[in-house]
Amino acid sequence: MQTDLATQLTLVFPELLVAFGAVVLLLTGTFSRTNSYAAIAWLAVTILVIATVLLIVFPQSGVVFGNALIIDSFSRFMKILTLISAFIVLVMSVGFSRSEKFDKFEFPVLILLATLGMMLMISVGNMLSLYLALELQSLALYVLAAIDRTNLRSAEAGVKYFVLGAFSSGVLLYGISLLYGYTGHIDFAGISKAFSIQELQLGMIFGIIFIFVGLAFKISAVPFHMWTPDVYEGAPTPVTAFFASASKVASIALIVRVIMSVFNSEISAKIAILQTPAVWQQIIIFLALSSMLLGAFAGIGQYNIKRLMAYSSITHMGYILVGLAEGTSIGVQSVIIYVIIYVAMTLGCFAFILAMNNREGYVENIYDLSGLAKSNPFMATIMTLHLFSLASIPPLAGFFGKWYTFSAAVGGNFVPLAVVGMLASVISAFYYLRMIKIMWFDELRGNFLTTPIELQLILALSGIFVLFYIFFGIWITSWAEIAARSLI
Amino acid sequence: MTDKWPILSTLTFLPLFGALLILQIKGNSKKARYDIRNIAFLTTFFVFILSLIILADFNVELAGFQMEDKIDWFGNGISYHMGIDGISVLFVVLCAFLMPFCILASWETIKEQLKEYMIAFLILETMIIGVFCALNAFLFYVFFEGSLIPIFIIIGVWGGKGRVYASLKFFLYTLLGSLLMLIAIMAMYWQARTLDIPALLNHTFPPHMQTWLFLAFLASFAVKIPMWPVHTWLPDAHVEAPTAGSVILAGVLLKLGGYGLLRFSLPMFPLASAEFTPLIFVFSSVAILYASFVAFVQTDIKKLIAYSSIAHMGYVTMGIFSANMQGVEGAVFQMLSHGIISGALFLCVGVIYDRMHTREIVAFGGLVNNMPKYASVFLVCTIANIGLPGTSGFLGEFLTLIGVFRVKSWVAVIATTGVILSATYALYLCRRVIFGALDKEKLQDILDLSLREKFILYPMVVLIVFFGIYPSPILDVVRCTVEALVRNYHEIVLI
Repeated sequence: MQTDLATQLTLVFPELLVAFGAVVLLLTGTFSRTNSYAAIAWLAVTILVIATVLLIVFPQSGVVFGNALIIDSFSRFMKILTLISAFIVLVMSVGFSRSEKFDKFEFPVLILLATLGMMLMISVGNMLSLYLALELQSLALYVLAAIDRTNLRSAEAGVKYFVLGAFSSGVLLYGISLLYGYTGHIDFAGISKAFSIQELQLGMIFGIIFIFVGLAFKISAVPFHMWTPDVYEGAPTPVTAFFASASKVASIALIVRVIMSVFNSEISAKIAILQTPAVWQQIIIFLALSSMLLGAFAGIGQYNIKRLMAYSSITHMGYILVGLAEGTSIGVQSVIIYVIIYVAMTLGCFAFILAMNNREGYVENIYDLSGLAKSNPFMATIMTLHLFSLASIPPLAGFFGKWYTFSAAVGGNFVPLAVVGMLASVISAFYYLRMIKIMWFDELRGNFLTTPIELQLILALSGIFVLFYIFFGIWITSWAEIAARSLI
Repeated sequence: MTDKWPILSTLTFLPLFGALLILQIKGNSKKARYDIRNIAFLTTFFVFILSLIILADFNVELAGFQMEDKIDWFGNGISYHMGIDGISVLFVVLCAFLMPFCILASWETIKEQLKEYMIAFLILETMIIGVFCALNAFLFYVFFEGSLIPIFIIIGVWGGKGRVYASLKFFLYTLLGSLLMLIAIMAMYWQARTLDIPALLNHTFPPHMQTWLFLAFLASFAVKIPMWPVHTWLPDAHVEAPTAGSVILAGVLLKLGGYGLLRFSLPMFPLASAEFTPLIFVFSSVAILYASFVAFVQTDIKKLIAYSSIAHMGYVTMGIFSANMQGVEGAVFQMLSHGIISGALFLCVGVIYDRMHTREIVAFGGLVNNMPKYASVFLVCTIANIGLPGTSGFLGEFLTLIGVFRVKSWVAVIATTGVILSATYALYLCRRVIFGALDKEKLQDILDLSLREKFILYPMVVLIVFFGIYPSPILDVVRCTVEALVRNYHEIVLI
């Protein structure tokens, strides 16, 4: 089913818009004499908003460039989520980049380029476009991590992320080449078909494992998480917010698509009779278990709020993988719901971290929050809601995420996985509660400066999301169901 | 009241509405504090009146659920379904009854962050009433777990010296149990394809699954009750919580566990319940004996009452799992009467704590000389706590003991020794705090009950004696529901 070029181009119009915008903004920034940071940042925001609106208003589906990209409702949904989080990150960063003196025009341009990579990642249809999209995203992210280049920690984060990221990309590429060698296919449909026909050979198993290593690195699943705390801590806070939100959405979407369109055929063919988990399921279960437990235990020792968020995100990636382990549309639906809730909570938390700003500059130690409930009850209440939500206490949004993923796991007879996940969430509840304790129970230590209006707005919005999910969650559930169906 | 008006939802969310009103009040002026207190009190008072209307409207002849509100919510078995039966209606009234007193008890003692305090209490009331009214397992869990947030804040912000440790311990203990229950609820959904409690009650779960589900639910409810050996959070939480927090904790929150056993464990997993009854009996007996002995050596009055609560909840679990009329009825009665008695006792402790700022037993003595009214209230509550005939405490214990005696007589024998032990520690406490000579210098000019304190304590004393002499108002309401519960149980489990 090949369509003509014009139709294909309209299908990827949002991506083209972002790509074109990135190039134009780059040129404008280079040739303008004054510091054009503010103008370019707002233009980038505009481009992201237009792309989001296009995706919302014109739902399309189809296959582009000979199976290289697949446009369906899953990709549409995840792209909207990525674009929105990229847009919020840009808005959040305005005040920060000015006071921290890295108001370079490259920042919004790189965000646009990374977002483009993410949009492509969400849509990939064969292994080559997968690798290209992933690298486009990663290269932009490497630079973003080091964008505050005079800052030692930022530079260190960039280098660390680059070295480890390049290594994992290499492993991923090796896995792709092994699968190509054994199946003779590069596109997902072909490989999937080969899986359902051929006997599973050792080389193919290695191929699967290598691919998952590469992907697990991107979502920072244990044991490929080593970079996460350092990069989260070292990178400028808006960049960290971008890593924790948009980048995670795209990587999760990529993993979901790869599993659902490539590896899932292995289940139906042989595994159903043998009643053992498929190879990819064993990998996912291992990643989920180790991420949940390590994130929960290692977070206890963290007093830097950005490192804490790193371990918290590792744990949450574990919960997401729990939902994915079953590999059915219910599982995918739960993953989508969880990702939305996770992104909302993460962006809210990072808006809060960006507001932790006293006379000596930005602070990151959790004990700097002491007694916040007395000096700034609005921020303390919103953050408390976020923390309870991260600890998945009902009736807040985080609880619903966990309900869906764990319920999918229980329904797929992965009860032990769910039980371990619950234990991990009790352990991780400790460090969320500790922050609440610091804000509410401890003595007042010092005031923060006034929070900029845009951060207040983001905090209020994510607070509303977390608190009132119980009322509008039904819509998200049904959207996620539509998105999940399109993958089957 | 017409059938169409969603009266239970109104009752549940009325406190939340009050909390929103309080949220509007700005500043910390005298006027603002006055408004905050009044709104909180009036809200809880209206809730109490409304709960009485519901009780009056309740048809005691029916065994099923009444006044149901049902709206489809998230799909996949999750609906917004409220309703009450003979057991839950009484707990709703108990909660609504204790709340105004909690607000009154914090009238002058809470100095800082009064607004947040009252909001936390009102949210807590919504959550607790919600638990008792929820007829959907998911909704039940949302309320059950949601109640943790306000009580955690209440203990942690307005508590005593060790509040941080106590609140964290309480939260994590309860969370661990509840999350296991959450997995069980998920498993029930995939088995029964519904989460509506009336539908689940009619569903028969396969035996091996019942065992696991029962254990998971027990993990949650045992922590809440609290059952020995997962009781250790309770003394800490009670000691550190502000007076009103202790009242609501002992008065209502502990009953969530017992209520859960009656709503889920016994009727939904009868085979597993029968299988684990000996275990529950052993735990209950140990709880009664062990907690009584531990209570005897306590030096802190609140801690002593906390341990006596553990002992008294032992009778409740014992009564529930005897699974006959007297046992279950007795357990419900014991929970309600213990709700009032322990609430009154904690309020009594609050009275002297407000005056002396200590809860050490040795700091007191001879209070009867200066505070005759207080001494008599304290004595009545203590006697009721022991379970002397003529007080409501006696009936609860007596009925559960009869119930257990019919099933396993040796358990009843052990549990009865608990009554003697409770007399020992409670009277010993009374002797040291109330009686004797007033020789401590600091106590010389201690004042008797103020008007506000009289207003709080006298109604409770009246109720304790009233239900001790004339228990049928309570027993009539629960009878039909308990009869149906016991009958359904024995249709499946033959003894």
